[in-house]
Amino acid sequence: MNNQISLTVNGKQYSVEALPSETLSTLLRERLRLTGTKIGCEEAECGACTVLIDGEPIMSCVYPAERADGKTIVTIEGLAQRVHEEMKLHPLQEAFVDHGAVQCGFCIPGQIMTAYALLNHNPSLNSEDIRFALKDTLCRCAGYPSIENAIIAAAQALQTGEPVQGPTHIPDSIHEHKTVGHKHLRPEAVEKVTGEAIYTDDLKFDGMLYAKVKRAMIPHGFLKKLDVSKAKALPGVVAVLTSEDVPAEKTHGLVIYDWPVMVGINERVRYIGDALAIVAAESQEIAEQALALIEAEFDLQPVVTNPVMARQADVPQIHEKGNLLKHIKVRKGDMDAGFAAADVVLEHTFHTQTTDHAFLEPECSIAVPLADGRMEIYVGSQIPYQDRAQVARVLGWEEERIRIVGQLMGGGFGGKEDVMGQIHSAMLANITKRPVKLLFDRQESLLVHPKRHATQIRVKIGAMNNGRLVASETELYGDTGAYASLGEKVMTRATTHSAGPYDIEHVRADCYAMYTNNPPAGAFRGFGVTQSAFAVESMIDKLAEKLNLDPVEVRRMNALHVGSITNTGQELKESVGLLECIDRVDAEMRKHNAYPFKPVTDPADPNIVRAWGFASAYKNTGLGGGAPDKSGADVELYEDGTFQVRSSAAELGQGLVTVMRLTVAEEMAVSPDKVRILVMDTDLTPNGGPTTASRQTFVTGNASRYAAKTLRDEISATMAEKFDVRPEKIRFESGVVHVNGHSMTYAEIYKEMTSMGQHPRVRYEYEAPKTQPLGTGGDMHFAFSFGVQAAEVEVNKITGEVRVLKVISANDVGMAVNPLGLQGQVEGGVMMGLGNCLTEEFIVENGKVVTDRLARYRVPGIMLTPEITSIIVEHPIASGPYGAKGVGEISSIPTTPAITNAIYNAVGVRVDSLPVDQEMIARELWEREEK
Amino acid sequence: MNLWQEYKRPVSVTEAVQALASAPGPAIPIAGGTDLMLDLKQGRHTPVHTLVDLTSVREMTALELRGDSLFIGGAVPVNRIALDPLTVTHAQALVEACNLIAGPQVRNTATLGGNVAHALPAADGTIALTALNAEAEVAGVSGTHRMPFTSLFLGPGKSAIDKTKEIIVGFYLPISNLQSPKTASCFKRIMRPQGVALPILNCSVWLERDGDVVKDIRIAVGPGGSIPFRATEAENILRGNPLTEETFTLIQDALLAQAKFRDSARRASGDYRRHIVSGLFKDVLSTAWLRAG
Repeated sequence: MNNQISLTVNGKQYSVEALPSETLSTLLRERLRLTGTKIGCEEAECGACTVLIDGEPIMSCVYPAERADGKTIVTIEGLAQRVHEEMKLHPLQEAFVDHGAVQCGFCIPGQIMTAYALLNHNPSLNSEDIRFALKDTLCRCAGYPSIENAIIAAAQALQTGEPVQGPTHIPDSIHEHKTVGHKHLRPEAVEKVTGEAIYTDDLKFDGMLYAKVKRAMIPHGFLKKLDVSKAKALPGVVAVLTSEDVPAEKTHGLVIYDWPVMVGINERVRYIGDALAIVAAESQEIAEQALALIEAEFDLQPVVTNPVMARQADVPQIHEKGNLLKHIKVRKGDMDAGFAAADVVLEHTFHTQTTDHAFLEPECSIAVPLADGRMEIYVGSQIPYQDRAQVARVLGWEEERIRIVGQLMGGGFGGKEDVMGQIHSAMLANITKRPVKLLFDRQESLLVHPKRHATQIRVKIGAMNNGRLVASETELYGDTGAYASLGEKVMTRATTHSAGPYDIEHVRADCYAMYTNNPPAGAFRGFGVTQSAFAVESMIDKLAEKLNLDPVEVRRMNALHVGSITNTGQELKESVGLLECIDRVDAEMRKHNAYPFKPVTDPADPNIVRAWGFASAYKNTGLGGGAPDKSGADVELYEDGTFQVRSSAAELGQGLVTVMRLTVAEEMAVSPDKVRILVMDTDLTPNGGPTTASRQTFVTGNASRYAAKTLRDEISATMAEKFDVRPEKIRFESGVVHVNGHSMTYAEIYKEMTSMGQHPRVRYEYEAPKTQPLGTGGDMHFAFSFGVQAAEVEVNKITGEVRVLKVISANDVGMAVNPLGLQGQVEGGVMMGLGNCLTEEFIVENGKVVTDRLARYRVPGIMLTPEITSIIVEHPIASGPYGAKGVGEISSIPTTPAITNAIYNAVGVRVDSLPVDQEMIARELWEREEK
Repeated sequence: MNLWQEYKRPVSVTEAVQALASAPGPAIPIAGGTDLMLDLKQGRHTPVHTLVDLTSVREMTALELRGDSLFIGGAVPVNRIALDPLTVTHAQALVEACNLIAGPQVRNTATLGGNVAHALPAADGTIALTALNAEAEVAGVSGTHRMPFTSLFLGPGKSAIDKTKEIIVGFYLPISNLQSPKTASCFKRIMRPQGVALPILNCSVWLERDGDVVKDIRIAVGPGGSIPFRATEAENILRGNPLTEETFTLIQDALLAQAKFRDSARRASGDYRRHIVSGLFKDVLSTAWLRAG
């Protein structure tokens, strides 16, 4: 007989039967349906599952449910109070919303609950208390400064009884508009702070089955035998499918279809995450048991472990066409002449590591078969229409038979572009005729999805004695792992950007994007440029040292400017804010220290040395390279006078929905709360293209803007006809349309339009300016963003420990559409760059993943957060919405070299391999001492 | 595949030991469970029939003065240890270690009993308890007995406790110098930001100071061996002598000669540990020295 668990949750009594093996998080989420408590890792590492037990915050994912018997529990759902019809937010929730501390929102319940407990214990808390308490509550969007500010604001409000104070340090755009350019709140921020926000795993359907995937777990070999009979016989298992059951095409991929849906008998396993079989069962536990009953035998093959090895003769060829995915070439000028003319030539080779996105929400998809033969797939995906196409291709269906219903996403950062469980859940749902949920646990997420390319980069630069660069030659080897994913595109960006944001006459770059038996590599914020920026920015500092010049001056002298020709032969005609970024970061840095690059020893501890480092970067906005870059948006006016804007562009936490809303509000002259947003639904929203390449503010921002403009023109035309005035005479102001002395609300406009047989709805397909493929000259990209960062670090000369104290980040984003959202992108960009530099390393040894748990893959927490100063530079681009271009990636790119350059300036140790190894720094210093 | 079938919540040590003995299948105790739950979930520990939850055992959640000792129950959450006025007064090193174990949420459930039962020789709490010369009280079906703290450890991950039968009831920390304010302790560690969240080096010192002389001292360093390491050679040199630069050089050499600093993959080489231990040790020693002044 089982025990009863009696517990109080959010003031309500529950008595439930105890179940074996149940954790408190499962009890809350699955049985009490309080899904605000999130599961990010199930390892007690991320803190998303934090709830209060008898007033103390604990991680509910490792808390046995039976221990909660007799206890009082508060979850995120218990903070806000319903006062009549309105939800009255707790001041903490209010402050998180107001300060823009909410981005993807997945970590927010954990952040707020942890902060809530802290506030109860310590109402007069300070920054140090917050950092101590939130040490292990991870935010991958990494708006830690905003989180800290929000908690302080809430504490002040609670102490003084005054309303919560919003942020005061974020300026509006310099470009004046009514709505865009001012700080606005996210449309979905409130539901994200109350726990009401629904992510895919929070959904349950009647009769839903649970799926699991049998992975090869060997890096290279041929599948010789696969026996699923025992798994099929297990009670509760409804279906077990293998490669033979794939209805149509056997492969998927974003560009090249080289990734098998499942590996069949005698077929090649290329990495440990390859799928062999998929199971659907009545419960998650049964599905897991079934996996253990599947027997596989392999003919093991030698493992290709890195891209340099992959290019050698007589190594195994992983794909039919060989190990070379692509040789990418950039050619400009005459290299021999360039180096011959140079006064000084420097050469060095750098290595960057594999990294994982570690978005806090692991992959989840639910396929739901419909009575009419169609299928719905609920998933958080960066490319909904691509998901639809790829699932259809494998099922052998018309694309329209599938509907992708995009869900809120707990972060993506490029890691949710490839199809993960969507095809598998759809196949199982199709066979079983029941809804099927396929949820990755953290380990599966780490093992399976594409990573950031580990890259070897040799840089050779030639310069004149005055610091002017004349020649740059780079050679890159990119590890794209087992499958192409976006490897070719990523490594193309790494290559074209490998000479840095500089005007150089002679450039040559060669990149070999190579297949290996490592987990695939694909898109990850920065898209290859993160890697090459580390190499080239380290070289610029080496050059400055060699020539005894100020490293800022060398960058200033060589910086791309209007009129420059890029390495790929593109003339920059406008919107090149690099020099302003350099100047403003330089000025801000020198406020702290007039000689920022000279080491300063701590007066209290001679082993602690501080110095600044500086780095610049640029990053394309949009796909470029000749790819048609389109996005569609619908804007519709409703009977009640509100609008809806729709596009299948993805909201992964970055704030696109706010951009879309503000754009439509600006054009229609209404307040933003009159504009609702629907995204990522392939039945209801037009294709917005992939959410990648920092492109959505530009393309879907433009699509939304032009759709709204067109609707406005239609309204004008209709009203002009009705009232017999010229359309130009019609004014749109403060939510009202003025026609010839009449003032009409949008509800009245709706009535007028529909009565005249016109439905006030516009679809606009925006196409960005044409680009040219690499190697053809001309405009490879329609816009570039520029970024400069300076970092102050502190190095311990004995232990080699590195701490980043301050980061100043200037980003030329053309125009700040929503300065509040932008702040989050800048803070998060710096923190992700800091992780890339100091903490993150996805380790694969001989094809086996060492870092298969979040405990072994460290993403930076609040304790590592430096003081971040954001400077927004706005050199508008005419084709962008109100002048805006992308920011998602540029904000992250210069951080790593700024830090490593600072380390060099502090202690004279050049880091040429990531992440920074404190032991290497210590060793170099003690060996130098011994000499 | 249930990780456990039955969950027992005894309220006394006797009941807990009985629950282990009488379970119809494999049974183990669970204190905070923050490690054990992961071991079960991630397959490092085979599923069990019964988990015996110790967090309701009154004796094991006590934290109080008992004669000339401070008793800390094996199931007291680490965070309570870090905040309790008794530990703050009598066991600064343990407070400092407890404030660094894992993160705040984990510290609200994790316990020293569970931590020590895992037998990691360089865990933060373990190194502090070693310097504080703790004794453990262990209960089995035949009753309870006390053991010197370090004798709980047989090797890395190998405990002298038979977890299917025995329970660490709690720890006794001697505070024989209650009348003398001249004792103090300190704990510090050095981390690296990547990978496993284990310190690459930690150190704890307890000392009794008489003017300029170190009357008594205990030094623990992790990882200095396969069981918690006491730098007894260095202690012997310092005991009864003044703390000067010269004596520091002597004890530093003695510590380096006695400790076995090994290479641990992806965390730290033995060379690196040897290089950084002196600075850490000096820092901890001088902090404790000043506190005892």
